[in-house]
Amino acid sequence: MAKFAVIVFPGSNCDHDAYHAIRHVMGAEATFVWHKETALGNVDAVIVPGGFSYGDYLRSGAIARFSPIMQEVVAFANKGGLVMGICNGFQILLEAGLLPGAMLANEKLKFSCKQIYLRTEQTDTPFTNALQPGQAIQIPIAHGEGNYTAPEETIKEIEGNGQVVFRYCDALGNVNPEANPNGSIRNIAGICNNNRNVLGMMPHPERACEMSLGSEDGRLIFRSVLNSLEHA
Amino acid sequence: MFKARVHVTLKPSILDPKGKASLGALRNLGYDAIKNVRIGKMIELDIDAATEEEAVKAAELAAQKLLANEVMEDFEIQIMEGVS
Repeated sequence: MAKFAVIVFPGSNCDHDAYHAIRHVMGAEATFVWHKETALGNVDAVIVPGGFSYGDYLRSGAIARFSPIMQEVVAFANKGGLVMGICNGFQILLEAGLLPGAMLANEKLKFSCKQIYLRTEQTDTPFTNALQPGQAIQIPIAHGEGNYTAPEETIKEIEGNGQVVFRYCDALGNVNPEANPNGSIRNIAGICNNNRNVLGMMPHPERACEMSLGSEDGRLIFRSVLNSLEHA
Repeated sequence: MFKARVHVTLKPSILDPKGKASLGALRNLGYDAIKNVRIGKMIELDIDAATEEEAVKAAELAAQKLLANEVMEDFEIQIMEGVS
């Protein structure tokens, strides 16, 4: 059975949500890995969860990125292992250089916690193979610094390579400024690396796996990861 | 021992939401002469180094590695008068 490592930093607060979604909803295996560890153990995928690692001191993710386990996460990713950074986890992956770009404070400077929609831009990734092209999924966001930015040439490159995986949209899948909750360039909500084995996304799929939480669409992302591990 | 200040600022091409909000507040207060606000941070370092050159080098490495994110930020090092 597929086994996920959920990395735990001081200040992580979505680690248990991710564990719950993987283990109790998806029925896969999950194990917590403390950030001071120097080995991931025998796992098939890594989740870098949301929260406020190190209190977001200096910049979101800037200090966590130097935790001992991150060397292992980077090595795992470079060998082709599946790594998924959610919210603060996305910020950590940006700081670690596994994904291009950086995060600014939300355009309106408010912490934004609400249900939003994402348009699926890429389905040929290990994280989105259970989704339909253009499919709008409902997933909540909860962040103060999710305003994705990158130099113009980087944006061109990731657009050209099909690395923009999710964009903020309305319920019908229209990508427009009104649907952009934080000011991200081109409504970017999630990106992958060029090898497509590392995903970063600001919205929280682990909080959208049960109808009691308002949506089950997050399951499709975990289902995709399980699909690709089964076929690996 | 040297005291260094690392000034970290957003690159000119990057929009600064905090600066923009502060500019709006200053306008509301009637400070019409202020036309733009950019917010950065200043980090003070006490550096054990033999020479000023060495201290600058140490501060630069710290800024490149951790204190600034060069995707969106620039930094400048200012050496204050030698402490001790």
